[in-house]
Amino acid sequence: MLNEQEKVVEIRGLIKSFGENHVLRNVDLDLYKGENLVVLGKSGSGKSVLIKIMVGLLKQDEGSVKIFGIDTLKLNLKELNKLRLRIGFSFQASALYDSMTVRENLEFPLVRNVKNLTRKEIDFKVEELLEAVALPNTINQMPSELSGGQKKRIGIARTLILNPEIMLYDEPTAGLDPVTCIEINNLINEVRERYKTSSIVITHDLTCAKQTGDRMAVLIKGQFKAVGTFEKVFEEATDKQVKSFYDYNFIR
Amino acid sequence: MSKIKKVDKPVLSKNLDEFFTGMAKAFAFVKRFFKEVWFPPYEFKEVLRQCYEIGYRSLPLISLTGFIIGIVFTNQSRPSLAEFGATSWLPSLISIAVVRALGPLVTALIASGKVGSSIGAEIGSMNVTEQIDAMEVSAINPFKYLVITRTLAATFMIPVLVMYTDFVALMGSYASVNANELVSLSTFFVQVFEAVSFLDIFSSVIKSLVFGFTIGIVGCYKGYNSSRGTEGVGQAANAAVVMSMFLIFVEELLIMQIVNAIRYA
Ligand SMILES: Nc1ncnc2c1ncn2[C@@H]1O[C@H](COP(=O)(O)OP(=O)(O)O)[C@@H](O)[C@H]1O
Ligand SMILES: [Mg+2]
Repeated sequence: MLNEQEKVVEIRGLIKSFGENHVLRNVDLDLYKGENLVVLGKSGSGKSVLIKIMVGLLKQDEGSVKIFGIDTLKLNLKELNKLRLRIGFSFQASALYDSMTVRENLEFPLVRNVKNLTRKEIDFKVEELLEAVALPNTINQMPSELSGGQKKRIGIARTLILNPEIMLYDEPTAGLDPVTCIEINNLINEVRERYKTSSIVITHDLTCAKQTGDRMAVLIKGQFKAVGTFEKVFEEATDKQVKSFYDYNFIR
Repeated sequence: MSKIKKVDKPVLSKNLDEFFTGMAKAFAFVKRFFKEVWFPPYEFKEVLRQCYEIGYRSLPLISLTGFIIGIVFTNQSRPSLAEFGATSWLPSLISIAVVRALGPLVTALIASGKVGSSIGAEIGSMNVTEQIDAMEVSAINPFKYLVITRTLAATFMIPVLVMYTDFVALMGSYASVNANELVSLSTFFVQVFEAVSFLDIFSSVIKSLVFGFTIGIVGCYKGYNSSRGTEGVGQAANAAVVMSMFLIFVEELLIMQIVNAIRYA
């Protein structure tokens, strides 16, 4: 399943500071085609900053990000937007447009990026994706009427509507109850099967990591300290900080 | 967390620095508006929706305020005119005051409270909840969809609202004049239209366009650049009102000078 040959993302020597706050200090990371890579780290460790740099919401100070072999720094806005369409970004707080219904939320990126769709085609696509996230009857609801877990699902559906090849999930289970967490984890795995995506899942929740990740990468003090399978990273952990991360999660 | 900041510059020069970088940022924002407004995609539907929102939000308050201002201003002016036995000039006096100054100013101030603050809060909360980022990563230009639509809507709608305020204020004035001087509606409006010149109306429209643009762009700017976090939303709304009110007075002063220079040239 895991194609070790083909890298879809290649990050090298990434450095990013906000003033005196040195967030990413030297980040190297590869994402292989078809895998789910889990990025773990304490809150404030720069996980969100990392994936925001990948889609050009933030700009690195140094280092390179290559997505599908394309160096993101070398792109103009038009080319960057073209690349962005191949990447789905699920935001931590879902980021649903709160003045629009669920249907309008899903249509919004679709009609603006795919020209000349008929009403029927749009409806078909919207319904297909709501079906995929198991929320077909929310179509006319406003985001304010949805629960946290439902918002997450709709947010994921909205990014999937453009058929991305890479999915970036920013803390998909944060703030959800344990049962809903498992549902979201299952959804992440289903998405991979169904849409053949390669994903980066950001979390500080080890249950989520274990369920969704083929590989783990632990971000500590602006660098990846351990990268590999769950067993390799945690059960054979030698690094004190990685170990304490593991212990903390399970003691809790 | 409590890291003591090194003060590496004298406070005054630091504040000046911030002031000028702030100015440059605001200027770049306005420049971006004029650069991008001409090119597609044109979000007509969103502009219309915003026009409706702006009208709908301001209408009740403007109706009330306009009418009361008409009555109050007429009643307050009456004694002075009565001293010269010139109360028959009331309609002319009021119509000039309303069309030249009160109508645009009152409408713009109310709109910056109602419209400016809600634009600032709305865009500010979209910023805080990453909805603006969400647009950007799906290759949609949020500046086009949010800023340009709202600024255009405010620019179009304020002149319409000003005409409405003018009308309502004159009706208020008529109510007072009719009760006291027993002037009929037609006589009243004949006097109004004799007093008001084309230049008055033209400059009132120009002024309203400027006020509308100011309310829209300032609301958007403050929202777009709100600090992350919930309190950023409130600050954005508040800053939008303060800033646009200040600018409206400055613009009023400048435009009045220019129009008077033309009028008496
Ligand atoms: N736009 C920004 N401006 C300034 N500082 C930021 C910005 N975004 C993130 N940071 C800082 O970078 C650090 C890492 O943030 P983030 O990536 O959001 O953490 P997390 O790992 O919890 O997602 C934090 O200290 C945060 O304050
Ligand atoms: Mg985060």
